[in-house]
Amino acid sequence: MQETEYLLLVISMGLVTYIPRYLPLFLLAQRELPRWLIEWLDMIPAAILSALVFSELFLSGSPRHLELISAKSLAAIPTLLIAIKTRSLGWTVISGMAIFWIAEKIL
Amino acid sequence: MNRFDPILQGIKAAWPICVGFLPLGFAFGVLAQKAGLDLLDIALMSMLVYAGSSQFIAVAMLSSAAAPLSIIFTTFIVNLRHFLMSSSLAVYLHGESRGFLSLFAYGVTDESFAINLARFREGGWHRYQALAVNQITNFTWIGSTILGGYAGQFVLAGSYGIDYALSAMFLCLLTFQLRGRIYLLTAIISGVAAIAISLVVSGNSFVIMASILGATAGFALKRYARRRRDTCAGN
Repeated sequence: MQETEYLLLVISMGLVTYIPRYLPLFLLAQRELPRWLIEWLDMIPAAILSALVFSELFLSGSPRHLELISAKSLAAIPTLLIAIKTRSLGWTVISGMAIFWIAEKIL
Repeated sequence: MNRFDPILQGIKAAWPICVGFLPLGFAFGVLAQKAGLDLLDIALMSMLVYAGSSQFIAVAMLSSAAAPLSIIFTTFIVNLRHFLMSSSLAVYLHGESRGFLSLFAYGVTDESFAINLARFREGGWHRYQALAVNQITNFTWIGSTILGGYAGQFVLAGSYGIDYALSAMFLCLLTFQLRGRIYLLTAIISGVAAIAISLVVSGNSFVIMASILGATAGFALKRYARRRRDTCAGN
């Protein structure tokens, strides 16, 4: 990929990322949101993160297929416990990587 | 209040994110270097896009020589979740200037959102503290990805569990969100739906579809539970 092509790519990626971040702040900062919408939005982060986690852990290959038992999914169990116990992103990421590294070697 | 207080409090609130961003950004830098990006490429992407998971995905797509348009579209879909996060934060940023909002919007990530929303809910959280959290984490991200890009030449592909950095981060962020039974149910519904939809629909849109489905189901369950409780209390 050429440098100008790459530059165009990251600028476009930046734009399509920035607009969804900006629009709600601009549109909603001036007016009240209805209560039901606030309650619905409250559910969104748990839903998105879970969708991302499940697809990271249980899907593999291309074309993708279901793989319930793998180094990825097995390493998730201790990683999850560490996340709950430490409530720290740093510790979870570092120990998660170490656990996965070991799990991959064993399996 | 001292002029620097918001920044200091911002640093205090932001440091757990920074500790998480360091290995994650480092891992991204290493993978990007392996995909053939140089330090400038990496810095540009981290500055212009500033969205960890989509950057990981973009690098994976670049190494498999995907078309630029499909990379851009995937980035859009994966980052569309920020729309919902910004919507939740908007409640606390009533009447702010357009300039402030445009700068603040740039720094809305899964992590800064989680921290800022929790602080806003507790009360006493100032917009400048929130902005400080966004910007401090932003600089950490950019710096650590460049560092990883530099170190990439000394690291073997697939070593040290670097491929797992993103999964571990998502797992940790998810546990922060599980504040009760209803959130746990929402997460399970959304996760199972994501798997089911992903096996039928190609591309990455399944994340958004499953999230909307899961959130709506959780919302409906919450309303139903409250209505039943209210009726019971009424009797």
